[in-house]
Amino acid sequence: MAAATTPDHNGLLRFTTAGSVDDGKSTLIGRLLYDSKSIFEDQLEAVESASSQKGIDGTDLSLLTDGLKAEREQGITIDVAYRYFATPKRKFIIADTPGHIQYTRNMVTGASTADLAIILIDARHGLLEQTHRHSFIASLLGLRHVVVCVNKMDLVDYREERFNEIVAAYKDFSSRLDITDIKFIPISALYGDNVVDRSDKTPWYGGGTLLHHLETVHVGADRNLQDCRFPVQYVIRPQTDAHRDFRGYAGRIASGVWKPGDKVVALPSGKESTIDQILVGDTPLDKAFPPLSVTMTLTDDIDLSRGDMLVRANNQPENTQALDARICWLCEAPLNPATRYVLRHTTRDVQAKISEVLYRIDINTLHRVEDDVTIGVNDMARVRIKTASPLLTDGYKDNRATGSFILVDPSTHLTVAAGVVG
Amino acid sequence: MSDSTYNLDHLTELEAESIYVLREVAAQFDRPAILFSGGKDSIVVTHLAAKAFAPGRIPMPLVHIDTGHNFPETIAFRDNLVEQLGARLIVGSVQATIDSGKVQEETGANASRNRLQTTTLIDTIEEHQFDACIGGARRDEEKARAKERFFSHRDDFSQWDPKNQRPELWNLFNGMHAPGEHFRVFPLNNWTELDVWNYILRENIALPSLYFAHDRMCIRRAGQILAHSDHLNLRHEETPEMMHVRFRTLGDLTITGAFESDADTLEQIIDEVAATRITERGGRMDDKRSESAMEDRKKEGYF
Repeated sequence: MAAATTPDHNGLLRFTTAGSVDDGKSTLIGRLLYDSKSIFEDQLEAVESASSQKGIDGTDLSLLTDGLKAEREQGITIDVAYRYFATPKRKFIIADTPGHIQYTRNMVTGASTADLAIILIDARHGLLEQTHRHSFIASLLGLRHVVVCVNKMDLVDYREERFNEIVAAYKDFSSRLDITDIKFIPISALYGDNVVDRSDKTPWYGGGTLLHHLETVHVGADRNLQDCRFPVQYVIRPQTDAHRDFRGYAGRIASGVWKPGDKVVALPSGKESTIDQILVGDTPLDKAFPPLSVTMTLTDDIDLSRGDMLVRANNQPENTQALDARICWLCEAPLNPATRYVLRHTTRDVQAKISEVLYRIDINTLHRVEDDVTIGVNDMARVRIKTASPLLTDGYKDNRATGSFILVDPSTHLTVAAGVVG
Repeated sequence: MSDSTYNLDHLTELEAESIYVLREVAAQFDRPAILFSGGKDSIVVTHLAAKAFAPGRIPMPLVHIDTGHNFPETIAFRDNLVEQLGARLIVGSVQATIDSGKVQEETGANASRNRLQTTTLIDTIEEHQFDACIGGARRDEEKARAKERFFSHRDDFSQWDPKNQRPELWNLFNGMHAPGEHFRVFPLNNWTELDVWNYILRENIALPSLYFAHDRMCIRRAGQILAHSDHLNLRHEETPEMMHVRFRTLGDLTITGAFESDADTLEQIIDEVAATRITERGGRMDDKRSESAMEDRKKEGYF
């Protein structure tokens, strides 16, 4: 089908960047955009004039990615910002997240849709608490690829020993995490060493540049093609003269490969049927897989609505009203065990209570804190949740779409927590 | 299974995301609407909506805020598209808002109705009690938009609070709201200008003729080329001249900059866009008024 990638184009890569206030994250992103020629003349002019107004020599590339007025005044990034650039090989979406301690929620948000995380370490300072924090969040949110950029190599005279020390320290720390693919690259975002172009100052470094790695890293295998899960999002019943009897189940494929003729089971009803057609618009597909949005028709008239799920008989999710989960609290008002929250999971909303906080996770040390389990903004915790009606879940490790949920406070309508099952 | 047949090209992945967002709006809201400007982005949104709900009709009306200063080509295109899709069209009129005395028309050479349309938009939302308004804005268009959500909450004064946005995780969009509040929804958030053009080419989507190079009477003002029309107040040193131009975005006649071009096919436009070194909104007078012009208008409830 026309939708597949071509040998010279690797489709879309979503990645997240995290760094502390001064470790050069904005400069690195500015450098990627600038050296890949994704900056327009008028943007560059605006940055040059802002740089000279601030009395900075040369062009401050970090100004390219500063968005809101408040940030310009305070000089820090305070919310997730999305950046776009493309090379002939790939299109990139960057979730640019602030590294400030009180903005853990933004890092979690940015990581939730990413395939890969770039973690910046200042070569002078080595691993800091926030390095641990960023790496833990990447691991918790299921990112299988991490690129550790050891930045400001110019300030340590591009010394190989310093780079190796940091690599060894990070490897030691990350052995406790669940990240399968870690790359280390010595860079200077300020001067562009090993970002887009190879540096002649690091002859001891045999690996590729950051951009080369981003262009070629293979993330397709991260998608779950084994376990068929199709949450019904919307039922299409045109009731026009031309389509009087049409009944289509619209949704985004969470996982698995689907074909017309496949036998399926509707949950929670347990009714069986067979896929008749899989459509995108008016076009029938011979197979469909994540993350396509499709409309399925079945050979039988069974009752199926938003929040239900199509699966295969021999491979079903867990049907449960009690979740073991890790959550990140996103809201200023602390977790209240008496509140009935709305839990949104795939396309289903249920009432939920947090029946037990097992422990809080100190995300700097990764230690469990069991004596103080008050959960406030930016806290991570392991909890038990009871729901008023059943959910169809998989462990987040196996399935990001059916293993994730948010909690909403029904009185303020705010999203108060993000959670992963298992 | 790491077979590359299971990797989607980026346009297909963006399309899948946008269709998901549009269906989520239909499922979560009682009275959604698509804000239709007649520009290429809102035409692409409408195309995606037709795909999302096929073979049914688009289950929400198209809302056009008519400044009265639109290009006649835009209006003709709009009416034709609505007819083809069997969609419902609601028009909010800036002229009617002016006539009611709620707002005052700007005067002078740079007079524009761009700012006035915010009042008409908010009135139209209130009159029809829309709880979600879908727009074609993209995050790559302008600095203030880089942090925009897919579901962007507005209070009952239609205001956007950039410091207090709901975090948006995975594809779990939270559209819950109190009566009187509403959402702006942006299905094209993750698209770039080039993505939009490549998608228009791939899907063979019809566009107003203004996007293609044509002969037109224009004037030059402050480094820009503006279409000559009855709505443009000429300064005494300005004389209209015939130029071969096209438009990159379509706003009002009075503010949308044209530029000289020979690109009269989609392929030529894509080559031109790929090679061009000025951002899309760089051609719009309304963003140039101050460095944070867009952020200020957004807070007031602009698109």
